[in-house]
Amino acid sequence: MAIKPDTGTSEWLLRAVGIVIALTLCGLVLLASGAMPLDAFALILEGAFGSSAKLAYVMTAWIPVLLCSAGLLLTFEAGLWNIGIEGQVVMGAVSATGVMLALQNTLPPAAVLVLAALAAISGGALWALLVGVLKLYGRVNEIFGGLGLNFIASSLTVYLVLGPWKRPGIASTSGTQPFPPPLWLPAFKGFNVSPIEVLLGLIAIAFVFAGLRGTHFGLRLKAIGKNLRSAFLMGISTHRSILLAFGLCGALAGLAGWVLVVGTSARHNLFPLVSSGYGFLAILVVLLANLSPVWSTPISFFFASITMGSLQLALQRQLDSSLGGVIQGMLVISILVTEGLRSTRFGRGR
Amino acid sequence: MRVELKNITKHFGSICANDDVSLCVEPGTVHGLLGENGAGKSTLMKVLSGFISADRGEIILDDNVVQMISPARAIDLGVGMLHQDPLDFPALSVLSNFLLGSHSGLVPDVGRARRELRQLADQFDFHLDPDVRVSDLSISERQQLEIIRLLWLGVRVLILDEPTTAISAQQKAKLFGALRMMAEQGKTIIFVSHKLDEVEELSSQVTVLAAGKVTGVVVMPCPTNRLVQMMFGKTVALTKRQPAPLGEPVLQMDGVMVRDWRMEMKGLCLEVRAGEVIGLAGLEGSGQRLMLQACGGLERPLAGRVCIGGNDMKGKPYRSFLEAGVAYMAAGRLEEGLIAGLTLTEHVALAERSRSFLIDWNSTLRKTVGLIGEFNIKGDPAMRVEELSGGNQQRTLLALLPRHLKLLLLEHPTRGLDVESVESIWGLLLERTRLGTAIIFISSDLDELLDRCDRILVFFSGRVAPPFDARKVSVEQLGELIGGKGF
Amino acid sequence: MDTVVLISSVLAASPPIIFAVMGETITEKAGIINLSIDGSILLTAMVAFVAALKTGSTLVGFAVGMIAGALVALIIAFVSLTLHQPQVAVGFVLTLLCRDMAYVFGNPYAHVPGPQVSHTPVPGLVKLPVVGPILFDQDFLVYLSLLAVVLIWAYMFKMHPGLKLQGLGERPEAAFARGVDVTRMRYIYTVVGGALIGLGGASFSLMVKPGWARPYGIEGTGWIVLAIVIFGGWRPMRAAVGAYLFVALQTLANTLQSIMPYVPTQLFPTLPFPLMILTLLLVTVGNAEWVNRALGHLPNNPRRALVRTLKTLQSSPPAGLGTIFKKE
Repeated sequence: MAIKPDTGTSEWLLRAVGIVIALTLCGLVLLASGAMPLDAFALILEGAFGSSAKLAYVMTAWIPVLLCSAGLLLTFEAGLWNIGIEGQVVMGAVSATGVMLALQNTLPPAAVLVLAALAAISGGALWALLVGVLKLYGRVNEIFGGLGLNFIASSLTVYLVLGPWKRPGIASTSGTQPFPPPLWLPAFKGFNVSPIEVLLGLIAIAFVFAGLRGTHFGLRLKAIGKNLRSAFLMGISTHRSILLAFGLCGALAGLAGWVLVVGTSARHNLFPLVSSGYGFLAILVVLLANLSPVWSTPISFFFASITMGSLQLALQRQLDSSLGGVIQGMLVISILVTEGLRSTRFGRGR
Repeated sequence: MRVELKNITKHFGSICANDDVSLCVEPGTVHGLLGENGAGKSTLMKVLSGFISADRGEIILDDNVVQMISPARAIDLGVGMLHQDPLDFPALSVLSNFLLGSHSGLVPDVGRARRELRQLADQFDFHLDPDVRVSDLSISERQQLEIIRLLWLGVRVLILDEPTTAISAQQKAKLFGALRMMAEQGKTIIFVSHKLDEVEELSSQVTVLAAGKVTGVVVMPCPTNRLVQMMFGKTVALTKRQPAPLGEPVLQMDGVMVRDWRMEMKGLCLEVRAGEVIGLAGLEGSGQRLMLQACGGLERPLAGRVCIGGNDMKGKPYRSFLEAGVAYMAAGRLEEGLIAGLTLTEHVALAERSRSFLIDWNSTLRKTVGLIGEFNIKGDPAMRVEELSGGNQQRTLLALLPRHLKLLLLEHPTRGLDVESVESIWGLLLERTRLGTAIIFISSDLDELLDRCDRILVFFSGRVAPPFDARKVSVEQLGELIGGKGF
Repeated sequence: MDTVVLISSVLAASPPIIFAVMGETITEKAGIINLSIDGSILLTAMVAFVAALKTGSTLVGFAVGMIAGALVALIIAFVSLTLHQPQVAVGFVLTLLCRDMAYVFGNPYAHVPGPQVSHTPVPGLVKLPVVGPILFDQDFLVYLSLLAVVLIWAYMFKMHPGLKLQGLGERPEAAFARGVDVTRMRYIYTVVGGALIGLGGASFSLMVKPGWARPYGIEGTGWIVLAIVIFGGWRPMRAAVGAYLFVALQTLANTLQSIMPYVPTQLFPTLPFPLMILTLLLVTVGNAEWVNRALGHLPNNPRRALVRTLKTLQSSPPAGLGTIFKKE
């Protein structure tokens, strides 16, 4: 059977095969760690969708991942590896918490929430700009700059949680004093997810989609990603565009940090590991979606459900919740492999 | 060793690079392979030296049919190729380059290699320091290293692919002397070029290729116009430059000092007026690129002044130069000009440098179609630029330039292009000079410099001679200046 | 703290980092980036420990660790060399995947005591003053790590295959023209590098930090290894210096903490990271244009001295690093 290059159906067939293989491998992993695969998958599904509360948790995880994915689409377009996104989410959460702790008794809740959001956006953007500056003026690869800043951000969080922002009485790594309900995002009746969160996430991804296709900024990022030198010679202000990409990604990541603190089903406080690996998860999502904004939306939801669902595995079967991570990692690897097979065996790639 | 290529055919997709080509070279001779860019010379030699495998045909060395499965195998069989950009290792030393890939065993005998390097180099009067990094050598020295390395490995057939592109007249003389000596020693030399005079000077026999086919095999001497006929099938008339009236000064350079990791140039002075064409001549790496980049704002002077249209550009970034009406076209079309992966339309949108937020794709598409027609680009708006031929890529770059330019700076504008493209590109450039644009360009083609320029500056080792009138100097004089005479 | 004891402890804790740094230096010299180190060190540590626990033999543990590291590297090599996918992408995904696999499979073995490498002082030489306790009163792995650095240096700079490795990383097309099978060699060096990384991971769980836990405690070390390779300028000797400096810093951190209890505990473990950024900055900033311009304004003598210092610190990667090699 001759497979024509770039035919829609053959591409999807190949990807489907890849996903099936990935799931089979996951099944093997599950067997090896002492679980029945179908049982485990069922548990994950139940853990994600079993009740409206659980679904709310999934959506609470989905939105930050979606926001980060939107931001990463910008940096990936410019050929940048913004591994520092975790730290940017953390700094968003830190900035938001800081503002809320300072103003919660002096201003009405709505104002506090808005100011906290602005602080989060600025905090995240600034943290990302640091990575950009280190890259452009210090020639430090953004992977290392980002990593270093991730660690600094998380240490800062630990310091704050155990130090100046500790709970009255006992300093505990479970986090700061949780904020009262007025400082939570308002939710639907009976379903603990705020429409504000969901709207923000969807608007972000829609903007990024439109921006990449229809704005000069988006086209410049694409040019920079493909050939930095030529883009520069054509008169594109490469430094400005790269910094803007970092800043926007950081802003979206910071906003994700805000959602993680004030979202209806969130924990409502600052704690170490507040970013919960969502930044890195977003990188996986974007890779799996092959840098497509349209696909990033459902895939981020899918991954969020796996992450939440696999918590059940730890609770009910004494399996490590990292199994969710294994499933997600396997899926992305499978896509990388099938992409590779497609472009090397079946003709021209993207 | 006698080399015979029989019925070599090679396709790249739908393009036939070599169409039933046969070639025969006797040992102890220099055989010229002549043809314009794209005629198939490089492809044929890559087949002979093991880099590519032919679709059909045979390679016969000394009456034995051989299979050239890799370059290393070709060297084992005695066939070595010197590439235009020698395939060496810039970060490693001369000696390491010499040793790498040889039959030296697990722990190479460094002392012996040094001695033999020295012996071979002395034989041809080459001067190579074994401990210098190859990146610090000139192209000519890198060629010399590669030649003696191949000889050390025992090649009996040496193929040289356009070796004189970036070397001086003196270095060329030394190279030709070495080649003649090697031929006398019984080696077989195949000399690939599109430069008629060199092929005439060196070869005893010439094979001419055009559009993938052999159009003639002649014994030298042979009248030039017959060779030209075989290369092009027609004689191409060169348009003579009409001197245009010159306008206001567009560029004023005063006491400029620039420096890069290789050299430092001081006291650069130049005044260029609207409509003028200035040529920068010299061996590659003599400083002309550095000066051109200073004119274009890509290199910041450490002293002195650069004025564009009367405005002092001190301390201003590249983008200010663009806004002041300067444009810079680098030599690498896909490396430093166009962006592979983007379409023509996308390039047009980028080149607008629009301040608006959204892209109006409809108007951009219309503009692209217009430019394609105006600049005679063989391609359509949705095509990616890497799919265009070299000449069309160059035309695209010119099409992307702003309508009105004060100063156009070009590095090697017609390098690697066939005669027809060269003519059309110069047509477009001269049109701009009639509208008042001044042009400064770098070229290694002496004829191009003498035919197109009003004035020429010659560079040698970081020093520059004062500009002289192009009409008042001959090819030989220019060649000598480039080679360093008078500096 | 007694200097001799300090140096001795640094050496004792060094083998995992040394092996990993040597392994990645080789891999990157050949032109491939193995970004999965952070995850593979965890995975190989866990696997080595479990294997040693099950068989009672540390030797089996090391072997299994090396095989695991080699397999992960093989995946990276395959996906990037044969499938032409970006190395950074596959490396990043693998770093997360390996870590998660380590946690999942290591779960039952956390906090379980197991076999360790035993102390092997060299008889006689131990008695030498100063050098004795530092160099000859160590575990077998330390001797092996020192040997590894020397052997790898000798291979790269004194032997023909090592010269070819340098050429391979520098300019793959030219290496190909000289008879080097670029793709095959890149596969081999990546897998060898992976095995060394596996040896490093095993050295953690079987010697330096015996056992397994979740989290294990060395999370983040793999990223430092990558930074050390850059700091080392892709040369074994200099990379080893970087590795020892890092281990020294970690060792000192524990002592400094006891001297300065008022400094928050979070500061010391994170100290390597801003320092890493700082060193990377120093090592690559010489390339930056504004630096060169600023230097240009200085009078000649201080400028030349600064330029020389920057040049010695500077590292430029093998030009072929991360690039795809296509034959025709």
